[in-house]
Amino acid sequence: MSGRWSQGLAQLRRYPSAVVGMGLIALLVALSIYTVFAIPYSQALDLWRGGETWRMHPVNARPVWVDRLAGGDLPRSQIISGSRSPVESEPFEGGRQKRIELAFDYDSSAFPSELNLFLDARFAEREPFVRLSWHTPDGREIHLGGRRVTGKDRVSISQDWNLERRLGLVPHVGLLAEPDTMENPVVQAGRHALVVEAVLFEEDAALDADLAVYGRVHGLAGTDHQRRDLMVALMWGTPIALAFGLLAAVGTTITTLIIAATGVWFGGWVDAVIQRLTEVNIILPLLPILVMVGTLYSTSIWVMLGVVIALGIFSAGIKMYRAMLLPIREAPYVEAARAYGAGHARIILRYMIPRILPVLIPTFVTLIPTFVFLEASLALLGLGDPVLPTWGKVMNDAQAQSALYHGFYYWVLAPAALLMLTGLGFAMLGFALDRVFNPRLRNL
Amino acid sequence: MLPGSQPATPVRRGLWRDLRSLTLFSLKRLLALFLTVLVGVYLTIYIANMGGQVDELRLVQIRSTVGEEVRADPAFFDMPAEERNALIEDRVQLEVDRLRLDQPFILRSVDYLQQAIRLDLGRAEQMHSDTGSRQVYDIIVERLPATLLLFGTANLLVFFISVIVALALSRRYGSPMDRAVIALAPSSAAPAWFYGIFLILIFAFLVPLFPAGGMVQVPPPEGTLAYAASVLRHMALPVLAMFLGSIFISIYSWRTFFLIHSSEDYVEMARVKGLSSGLIQRRYILRPTLSPIITSFALMLIGLWSGAIILEQVFNWPGLGTLLFQAIGHRDTPVIIGSVVIFAYLLAITVFLLDILYAVLDPRVRMEANR
Repeated sequence: MSGRWSQGLAQLRRYPSAVVGMGLIALLVALSIYTVFAIPYSQALDLWRGGETWRMHPVNARPVWVDRLAGGDLPRSQIISGSRSPVESEPFEGGRQKRIELAFDYDSSAFPSELNLFLDARFAEREPFVRLSWHTPDGREIHLGGRRVTGKDRVSISQDWNLERRLGLVPHVGLLAEPDTMENPVVQAGRHALVVEAVLFEEDAALDADLAVYGRVHGLAGTDHQRRDLMVALMWGTPIALAFGLLAAVGTTITTLIIAATGVWFGGWVDAVIQRLTEVNIILPLLPILVMVGTLYSTSIWVMLGVVIALGIFSAGIKMYRAMLLPIREAPYVEAARAYGAGHARIILRYMIPRILPVLIPTFVTLIPTFVFLEASLALLGLGDPVLPTWGKVMNDAQAQSALYHGFYYWVLAPAALLMLTGLGFAMLGFALDRVFNPRLRNL
Repeated sequence: MLPGSQPATPVRRGLWRDLRSLTLFSLKRLLALFLTVLVGVYLTIYIANMGGQVDELRLVQIRSTVGEEVRADPAFFDMPAEERNALIEDRVQLEVDRLRLDQPFILRSVDYLQQAIRLDLGRAEQMHSDTGSRQVYDIIVERLPATLLLFGTANLLVFFISVIVALALSRRYGSPMDRAVIALAPSSAAPAWFYGIFLILIFAFLVPLFPAGGMVQVPPPEGTLAYAASVLRHMALPVLAMFLGSIFISIYSWRTFFLIHSSEDYVEMARVKGLSSGLIQRRYILRPTLSPIITSFALMLIGLWSGAIILEQVFNWPGLGTLLFQAIGHRDTPVIIGSVVIFAYLLAITVFLLDILYAVLDPRVRMEANR
């Protein structure tokens, strides 16, 4: 038996598709292992929940390499921290005047996607007051108005309607544009600065300011509509997809096999019941039932996995296994096992099932991507796991935000490419295995 | 005894015996299939109602909608609070009576079952057809043409093209064409909707040749020809997606199937006898493989019924898949059960017809039934 296995593996090496398939699978497994160690599970869930963690990330930025390959020079995000900028402080009776100059070099030919100023004031009673102004490289000064700082504040400069009316352009374009290029704004390259002039009304009050000049490209994977780095979902999608596919495939194949073998071994009414249950199960439509479970019970990926396995137990495969097992029941070695007094369980598990395992390996391998895509399908219908970052959920978000219509192709293409790689890897290996383990096909 | 009449009696007796065993066999199968449908449909009813838990959800929903309605209605603004509450209670009770929520679920489920089995699909609870009918039958029938048109076209194309191409390939296996198909077969690991997304990206956005979704232009064009042309344009991408999703694996498996059968001894024998390749193909390869071909054709035809929830969602196609998805979202059990029941019946009838057909086509089945 073991000879047949190693012989089979040796033969696999002669099929280029099997080598490519195994390479792809090894790559995905390596990525999963790296991900699980690099971003621990709980941290991944936290990150994917979104919110404040991502406030310094741009919205819907495409991957850097996509832009650079196309010869673009879209800006990356710049975070100008007040603690690393020139600060002038001038105390007065009962307080302090503070001037923070948040300066940055801007050399991209495209405008940033957004401007936000984060203010953080610590005080006992009276709120500090800040006045903001924008200094362009050619020496113009644009006033952005003043305001009280009530604590941790976010000043959304891009959403300042007053400023937009004054500039005649969206602030993140108008502030950085050459003057008098209203119709076709051109970036004024050079050193821009946002100056924060603050009046602190207490001796030990403090004020911090961070300016975020959001870019249009970010990292290897880009970001989504909630500013989340897609890398998190793309990386964590791998172990989840592999685990789901593998567990579902193992669960359904093994249970189906054991039940088929039991039916064949005992025959009679046991076999009849199993056959009838299989027929009932063929009538039940899998996807609608999963959708029902998803809408009515829970969308947890483990519940879905359970249902998939439960419905897969009496799948149509039983009929095929039955046909394969029937002649084995009459084989002399099974009779010999019976003669020495082997129990039913022993004969089924040790004598009958191992005999047809090699034939099943290819089916098993090609089954994995089916379940990977099933998970993605459910997510695409909005029934993905509520907390887990998966490829399907990224595609669902993209679909919901009309990513293709808005031209955010990377948002759809990256998870799709990973899904495709997974599918291809297992399918190529499975097809080659089929030819190795099913000798009838080998010479064809 | 005349020499001519001698063989007649055994033949007639053989026919009679065959007919009797066939009838007996059919009756047994019919009973088994009916029981199968019964259990399958009951399970669906049970799942669609979460074993009765959906009722509680519905009750809460009814209470809140009725409360909203009464409170928002200016006619009841000056009504005293108690009277208004009584009114709300009355209305809730009416709704409960209408949906028979006061009866225990087990009773109702048996009732649902016998209605479903009698194909009395009843009225939808929330949904209605575009013409405004509340009958589940009308709702389903309205969506049927859309699904049949799309999936019928795609599946028939895939089926016939793959069988014909596979036959051609099996004759010269090892050729570059053959190897190309083998190499491409793993591409079918991805489902049709997956290719659909790419096709939408390429042919609807990058090169806007075809619409991204829907079934006809909005507003629908005047005139039958213009209407048909618009539907055709909308069909192009989903049909192509389904075609790409299954054509290679389909060709591959038929090709392997034909190859296995064309290396049988009796085919070799025919070749040695020098029969023409057309004759060998028709009589020696296609004839014994007819029953699996018919089976897969029939199963494909029933598969049309359920449509494909996701492909229809991706292309925004107003078919049965979308309907089922909406029904589940609305927790509209009559519609869910209705479409599953029809599917179950179609499947059972097809399986039954296939059984009979096998018995006629394949003498071995007859012998087995006799034993």
